[in-house]
Amino acid sequence: MPGFDFSNYNRNAALHARGVPLPKATSTGTTIVGCIYEGGVVIAADTRATSGPIVADKNCEKLHYIASNIWCAGAGTAADTEFTTALISSQLELHALSTGRKARVVTCMTMLKQHLFRYQGHIGAYLVVAGVDPTGTHLFTVHAHGSTDKLPYVTMGSGSLAAMSVFETQWKASLTRDEAVKLCADAIEAGIWNDLGSGSNVDVAVITADKTTLMRNYIKPNERTQKLRSYAFPKGTTAVLNEKIIRKADLGNFVSVHELTEENDDKMEVDT
Amino acid sequence: MAAMFSQNPLMNGPNYSINDAPRVNAPEGAREHRFDPYTDNGGSTLAIAGAKFAILAGDTRLTSGYSINSRHHPKLFKIGGTTADQKDATIVLSVVGFAADGEALKERLDTICKMYRYRHGKPMSVKACAQRLSTILYQKRFFPYYAHAILGGLDEEGQGAVYSYDPVGSYEREQCRAGGAAASLIMPFLDNQVNFKNQYIPNSGEGHALQERERRPLARDEVEVLVKDAFDGAVERHIEVGDGLQMMIITQDGIEEILLPLKKD
Repeated sequence: MPGFDFSNYNRNAALHARGVPLPKATSTGTTIVGCIYEGGVVIAADTRATSGPIVADKNCEKLHYIASNIWCAGAGTAADTEFTTALISSQLELHALSTGRKARVVTCMTMLKQHLFRYQGHIGAYLVVAGVDPTGTHLFTVHAHGSTDKLPYVTMGSGSLAAMSVFETQWKASLTRDEAVKLCADAIEAGIWNDLGSGSNVDVAVITADKTTLMRNYIKPNERTQKLRSYAFPKGTTAVLNEKIIRKADLGNFVSVHELTEENDDKMEVDT
Repeated sequence: MAAMFSQNPLMNGPNYSINDAPRVNAPEGAREHRFDPYTDNGGSTLAIAGAKFAILAGDTRLTSGYSINSRHHPKLFKIGGTTADQKDATIVLSVVGFAADGEALKERLDTICKMYRYRHGKPMSVKACAQRLSTILYQKRFFPYYAHAILGGLDEEGQGAVYSYDPVGSYEREQCRAGGAAASLIMPFLDNQVNFKNQYIPNSGEGHALQERERRPLARDEVEVLVKDAFDGAVERHIEVGDGLQMMIITQDGIEEILLPLKKD
């Protein structure tokens, strides 16, 4: 059976009635923006994911792939933006294959809104859809309840007001590629500094007729400050109550082991 | 259309003091009018008592909801000086929670300390001041000051003293304490680095028989480093902490104030 699994619905409703709280989803209290220029479209996002007042991820990706010529920026419930864009991406690929034509941005936007409307806002995905297709350059916003807008510049998420204030003071009708990228990055930065739900870095994607350029961490204005001293403990500081040794060679029997290289970018923060 | 589904929590949550939003399960047309006198203004504080000094610290960000109201709004106040600039004060009060209540509480305690000085011809001791603060808080038991207060100074022997309070006046003298939004992030770090909790001397025994690492009084510069690192860590993971770090160090020579920058995102 396709779709969602509702088998725990009655149990959870009964639990909820007895005062058990609902689990908290990771919300990307976010700043996302988009802006059309002559020759393409730019979308941008910050990289902070939050759970209540706690920062869940300092460098997450909010720019999602739909098709090579269509990308999506997502705000709202992290899982919903992730799965909704992946689902529509898949359906759009099959659609393109069966029609023998490149997918259009309107088609993508329509599929998204119909999917979201069906779930009456319970799928908390707020999206900025952008792309270039044979009919031209397009930029849309799609709200969780299914309403859409088509505009030359858009903002969404908790930082949308901060970002929109940048667009409303600096946007003009004819922008170059570099101007549009700068404008979008500035709008995201306004969100990063002035909205608590947004922070860390700026991601930018530029979509033109012939290619898409994803600029991951285009600006990094929030590098972690150096700790003033080392907090490494001498070996043996932690009490060992009992021990069992599993050798690395044997570990491979239970899980797949990946070696980390020195130049790995996503290294864990460890005190030395 | 877009504005109908505002993502801004300010418009959804009870962040204003007057709330007249329609109730979810109310009968048709019924509205509940309520007075919400409290706001959470975020931020965090921290205090550590040393052998001959006490350090109090707090970030300077003032928030409501997802907005920053101010990037420089101090949470640390000198108490009981003779002048307006409090240059001869010997006690520091830090308050975090609802900023307006914090301000009101500071004003009350400062006035009382000044009255004490005029009546008795000597400044109030931290011990006496601490007891009085508890009384002030409990007087408002059923409409509390919505604040977590920490009081710092030097005791009669000249040793660093830190007193921490709950909003209704329960208090205790402690070696160190973190308060506010990131208290749960900072306090375990303090337990480990100030009181050496969960640290054992390597090879000093087997299993539960291991010897605990012995406590030693920390030097002032060591503590300053801990405070800065504690706040840098809190800024990384708590959205309501940031902008600036205000520190006050109380010694025999008076109160020294330090302002350091923190991340602003």
